[in-house]
Amino acid sequence: MTAVLGGRPEGVSTLHFAMDEADGIDTRQRLVVIGNGMAGARVVEEVLERGGGDQFAITVFGEEPHGNYNRIMLSHVLAGEEHEDDIVLNSHDWYADNGVVLRAGVRVVRIDTHAKVVHAADGTTAPYDQLVIATGSRSFVPPMTGLYQAEEQLIPGVFGFRTIDDTRAMLAAAAEHDKAVVVGGGLLGLEAARALQGHGLAVEVVHAGTHLMNQQLGAEAGAILAKSVEALGIVVHLATRTTEVIGPDRVRGVVLADGRAIDADMLVLAAGIRPVTEVALMSGIEVERGVVVDDQLRTDDPDVYAVGECAQHRGELYGLVAPVWEQARVLADLLTGTDPDAEYHGSRTATKLKVAGVDVATMGISRPERDSDEFLVISEPKRGVHLSVVVRDDKLIGATLLGDTRKVAYLTQAFDRGTPLPEERIKLLVDLSDGAAEVGVAELPHDSQVCNCNGVTKGAICEAVAGGCGSVGAVMDKTRAGKGCGSCKGLVKQVVEWAADGDVVEDPAASWYVPGIPMAKPELMAAIRERGLLSPSAVFAALAPGGAEDAKSKMGLTSLLRMIWGKDAVQENDAKFINDRVHGNIQRDGTFSVVPQIKGGVTTPAQLRKIADVAEKYEVPMVKITGGQRIDLLGVRKEDLPAMWNDLGMPSGYAYGKSFRTVKTCVGSDFCRFGLGDSTQLGIDLETRFQGIESPAKMKMAVVGCPRNCAEAYVKDVGVVAVGNGKWEVYVGGAAGASIRKGDLLATVDSPEAVMELSGRFMQYYRENANWLERTYDFVPRIGLEKIKAVLLEDSEGICAELDANMQQSIDAYTDPWGQDGKAPATPGQFRTALPLVELPLVPVR
Amino acid sequence: MSVTQSEAAAGGPGLFGTQEVSAGTPHVVGRVEEVPPGEGRAFVVDGVQVAVFRLRDGSLHATQAACPHAGGPLADGQTDLDVLVCPLHLYTFRWTDGTSPGGAASLRVYPVHEESGQLVVTV
Repeated sequence: MTAVLGGRPEGVSTLHFAMDEADGIDTRQRLVVIGNGMAGARVVEEVLERGGGDQFAITVFGEEPHGNYNRIMLSHVLAGEEHEDDIVLNSHDWYADNGVVLRAGVRVVRIDTHAKVVHAADGTTAPYDQLVIATGSRSFVPPMTGLYQAEEQLIPGVFGFRTIDDTRAMLAAAAEHDKAVVVGGGLLGLEAARALQGHGLAVEVVHAGTHLMNQQLGAEAGAILAKSVEALGIVVHLATRTTEVIGPDRVRGVVLADGRAIDADMLVLAAGIRPVTEVALMSGIEVERGVVVDDQLRTDDPDVYAVGECAQHRGELYGLVAPVWEQARVLADLLTGTDPDAEYHGSRTATKLKVAGVDVATMGISRPERDSDEFLVISEPKRGVHLSVVVRDDKLIGATLLGDTRKVAYLTQAFDRGTPLPEERIKLLVDLSDGAAEVGVAELPHDSQVCNCNGVTKGAICEAVAGGCGSVGAVMDKTRAGKGCGSCKGLVKQVVEWAADGDVVEDPAASWYVPGIPMAKPELMAAIRERGLLSPSAVFAALAPGGAEDAKSKMGLTSLLRMIWGKDAVQENDAKFINDRVHGNIQRDGTFSVVPQIKGGVTTPAQLRKIADVAEKYEVPMVKITGGQRIDLLGVRKEDLPAMWNDLGMPSGYAYGKSFRTVKTCVGSDFCRFGLGDSTQLGIDLETRFQGIESPAKMKMAVVGCPRNCAEAYVKDVGVVAVGNGKWEVYVGGAAGASIRKGDLLATVDSPEAVMELSGRFMQYYRENANWLERTYDFVPRIGLEKIKAVLLEDSEGICAELDANMQQSIDAYTDPWGQDGKAPATPGQFRTALPLVELPLVPVR
Repeated sequence: MSVTQSEAAAGGPGLFGTQEVSAGTPHVVGRVEEVPPGEGRAFVVDGVQVAVFRLRDGSLHATQAACPHAGGPLADGQTDLDVLVCPLHLYTFRWTDGTSPGGAASLRVYPVHEESGQLVVTV
């Protein structure tokens, strides 16, 4: 029972040659860390990760004799679900292997901040240049009589719940005893109660608060939790204190404030924690509730820092692991000089856990605090479910999920990032869209496929995280998840966040328009305009780090420059994707597809005859009717493209670009007996006006003559529906691809002209504000429909005229690429085969 | 029928698995201007199809013409000074040694240089 956790096998010793012994001088600074818990060890890890091993000779003092272990998992060890060896994070060997001196089992008593020396209880000293206090916290021992025997020793049968030694002692006692009282109905107390109950003990919980987990839960949720806990057979006493321990030689029971006595042979103290601040206090460092630190985690002594549960930052003490890890990162950035301006600004704490078998997730505040706060509660006591959210100024500032945490990933994101919330607030808590149960990320089976394009499972993503990928971008690079159609990116992100347990580095690149230029889109657009950058190579030279071009950024820049400058943009063919170089969609064998423009899906016998002739002449392997109401000639050799275009004599249908694609229509009022408006003509007019317009991702449209929706206008990027009396509804942000979303009604307008104007204005707003490859079905919810309405309908930002003018500039810049490049190639060999020894097409001929 | 198989049959880079390759012989394949800046063009060199690239800094590179992943036409790919991106599934390959950061099999790279305006590829 006294084994050292994460210790070295007996007989093994390390010969540690300090550098000064080896070659006379160690020029490294001395970094001393007081505390070998999760915070202290994490700081050391982060420092080493930044190459700090060359900068610092590191010494870590730990009061416990053990290596560094995962304190969060102690309740699992107590429950018998984990072996204590499995919660070791860093063994003694790890310290030795990394050249870190671990003084395990040695308590530090005092810091001499003038001499810059640490004094330990065993009489040894350690000089430092930089010092980190990470002394953590200890169990709070509530006042009660009979608790102590002589010399401030707790009487046998009383346990704290803080260390592996506490846990081992409880496990030993649980084997011999029958009845336990746990003081404290917070997270730790309930976990201890549940674990002890699992060992066959009768357990009663005494909690001073009026409801369980009052730190995290409101009264109603706490009451529902109490019911769930009692249903497990654990007795709960609320709003009372333990005033006396019945002894005197060992625990025999407790007396409550109301005079009741409870028999017990174990008493577990889990009534909260208190920061360990004595060392700092004794050394003259400023201490309030914890060791006071600034945004650089510095105490009032410039060479002494504090992190973790002992640190008090902006008045807050943190008892969760995620903030502690954030602090460790910031401190390591500072100490190593990786980022000398790094600052910690506090954490918004969100936690998800299973307490006494019940899923609980909480973030932010649990109750409204202002009159204007929105508060939504779903309470189902019978099912043990209580869900609530607090919304302020359209941002989620708090949520409590008890008994059902399926929405936790979504809510955490809204909480952390301040993403826009659904208009119908109830959608925050319940998925109303299609009645299908949304599976939470945690419940997804390990082998379930997250990215269907690249066949990446949840397990593969978790492995990448475990293997050290610290950001969503790193995981995507490693596994290729989310790099196909991109529709799973949100889910990939959720899985990564879940797997990393909140320890995800915000990808700085996530907000950039393209990966090769460290700027968000508005900033990038401003820089391009201001400096008059007309070509992708000019943008790279002026704005990319080191002026380096980036292959994967070129396509996005080409599109952006066309959008900004119209016909003045300087075309560079190498900055275009092959589809845009040769105006066709590349197929799996390297052939291309040819889709002539058929506006509104309306064609003529002459057109059809021409298409048929061309298909025969060039032995086109497949002729197919597309979903966009056009005709696709598939499997065409690159070198045949110009001649085919010439023979067709039709303009390009842009079926290959990140651009305006097509307008589907129904037969409308001319033929259909239900038609309420001339959808066909409006579709043709829209396609004529917006043909070939570049955009961040493809834009598909449809116009239908009545709400029967035969051409699927409700699920288009822009969809138009005739509703009678000359009125048209304009929907935006719909999709029926990898994602399915019904568009949001932007407005109902009075004329086809108004449809044209509003559609154009919306598309231009999207073009100017969407991220590269962000479809409207992501863009509209991201910006929020209300905002889009305000901007486009009420001109709340005064930009409508500008949007209309900018769109007109792009429309004026339109040229048919087939007519142009077909006659004179844009670059030498534009249409030469890229696989000269392969006889194309390889695709099957039908 | 898979693209890679038929390419091997057509005398593509797949053959190198079974054929002893010596130091190679230089071949003039065309003029430098035939490859526009930043783009690639494919040539047949001594019975082997090779994609030649002229990067925007003027440097020349040559690789096998078909992507080792699924046979994609690499001469249609996009480039920067570090990598080539295949147009089919966007796997990247380093110019330095043909390896793929995304985990595809490595590309074969060939020596290429310019001699008085001529492109000379050694296979």
